[in-house]
Amino acid sequence: MLRGLWKLTWLELKIFLREPLGALGTIIIPVLVFIVAGRILGRGPAPNTLAAGSFVRVGLPVLASVMIAISAVLSLVTIISIYREGGILKRLRATPLRPYTILTAQVLTKLALTVATLALMVLAGKRYYPVGVHAPVFGFTIALLISTWSILSIGFLIASIVPTARFAQPVGAFILYPMIAVSGLFVPVESLSPSLHAVARVVPLTYAVSLLEGIWKGDAWGPHMGDVAALAVVFIVCTALSAKVFRWE
Amino acid sequence: MIMRPVIQVSAVRKTYGPTVAVDEVSFEVNDGEIFGLIGPNGAGKTTTMECIEGLRRPDRGAISVLGLDPFRDVYELQERIGVQLQQAQLQKRIKVWEAVDLWASLYRKKAIDGERLLEQLGLIDKRNAWFMTLSGGQKQRLFIALALINNPEVVFLDELTTGLDPQSRRAIWDLVRDIRERGKTVFLTTHLMEEAERLCDRVAIIEHGRIIDIDSPKNLVNRHCPERTIVLATDDRTAEGRFRAVPQVEEVICSNSLFTIRGRGDDLVTAVIHCLSENRIRVTDFRTILPNLEDVFIKLTGHSIRD
Repeated sequence: MLRGLWKLTWLELKIFLREPLGALGTIIIPVLVFIVAGRILGRGPAPNTLAAGSFVRVGLPVLASVMIAISAVLSLVTIISIYREGGILKRLRATPLRPYTILTAQVLTKLALTVATLALMVLAGKRYYPVGVHAPVFGFTIALLISTWSILSIGFLIASIVPTARFAQPVGAFILYPMIAVSGLFVPVESLSPSLHAVARVVPLTYAVSLLEGIWKGDAWGPHMGDVAALAVVFIVCTALSAKVFRWE
Repeated sequence: MIMRPVIQVSAVRKTYGPTVAVDEVSFEVNDGEIFGLIGPNGAGKTTTMECIEGLRRPDRGAISVLGLDPFRDVYELQERIGVQLQQAQLQKRIKVWEAVDLWASLYRKKAIDGERLLEQLGLIDKRNAWFMTLSGGQKQRLFIALALINNPEVVFLDELTTGLDPQSRRAIWDLVRDIRERGKTVFLTTHLMEEAERLCDRVAIIEHGRIIDIDSPKNLVNRHCPERTIVLATDDRTAEGRFRAVPQVEEVICSNSLFTIRGRGDDLVTAVIHCLSENRIRVTDFRTILPNLEDVFIKLTGHSIRD
């Protein structure tokens, strides 16, 4: 049932932007990091070595996008825990609102913020990024939405298990950020040691990075359907698990 | 007036792990009355209320609200009831009018005029204020607004005035009486005996998850605490003997010229006044101390509700 969904989503967006650090932390900082890091690396002593050049052209934009997705997820985890602790979830549930409508509104809010941040990054990148980038923006946006959607389900699982709002952000960061290390962004997954390779295979971020890198470089979607399927599996498994363990109060 | 129960609770039991929160609870709430569930913190008030609201499922027993099963028909029920939850919050930075507007959009039937509701609840000046900036009393008034926005048939209020100062508390009591005047049934919980006594048409006293007694506050007092006490001051030397001769008097304690007279029944006060005037006893002070729900609670449980 969609009654209330758009209104709640719109309201949550407005409320989020009223947070003093909300817009700054989630939207401005990732974009700034992206631009500044790009300029430093792009102007370094050997800007044209193959590795550095490729990182500035592909790695950094994808890293920034992954950071956008993760910060959206951390923000979701935090908000869900605060809403639960404050009895807001319970208050919303004591209405004709369906439980999944309440949670879907949060997901939509985060996806909208992800797209807004990405748009800002692309715009800022056109003006200030050291190397010209010709990536398919629309396809990349879709890829980032799919990735974020999938990782958000991990966020729900984390939000289901953290005991208090105070732990939500650190626990979420502790689980999500290390995933970047093995995701193939810095070191190709194939060249990892066998044990780390095994870890990388089960870390959802690996598939997100593979998808994002591919689409950014201009790959067709066909070869990346495996990544999309893996992200879908993550979404289904995490959603099913959190449906079992999610606590409303 | 024909009494038609809008809430029927029979033999409800709810446990959390090894803890029995509510046990064998049964009562009925009639149409148009203010019904209070009173008892100390942890007695099972909120659990009982949340079972009736469809937020929790009882382990055993049956509940019917407006002819609906609260758990099975929860969405249908939510359309027709209004709820205020204990210690609930809203989003810190949601504006008052936004909350009312959101709630108004959640129900199938047309909501009542939110602006007028805010006006009636004295919140119209605060319509653009963030929730986090409201005082305790203003927050509770907003929650009352949200509980009334769908023009519900039954309104549930859980510990409505806890944490409020006496002045805000009185203002809220007036609002609750207004809700009854609009023809709605009110089901409330409180651990404040004064609140129950002033507001409720009938109360159920609950302790350790069990209902001890149900009736109007007046009947409960008469049934469990028929004692009346009179305190008066007189210098008359003959007074003590004359008081003892009054049939309704059971005990007379005299300290200096202050008399404490105990007895039972509504006639005691009349009988003592009659005795005073017949014997021309001159008094310089005269007070009656009537038992209240607080005394009933102590009598029934052996301890004060605050212990």
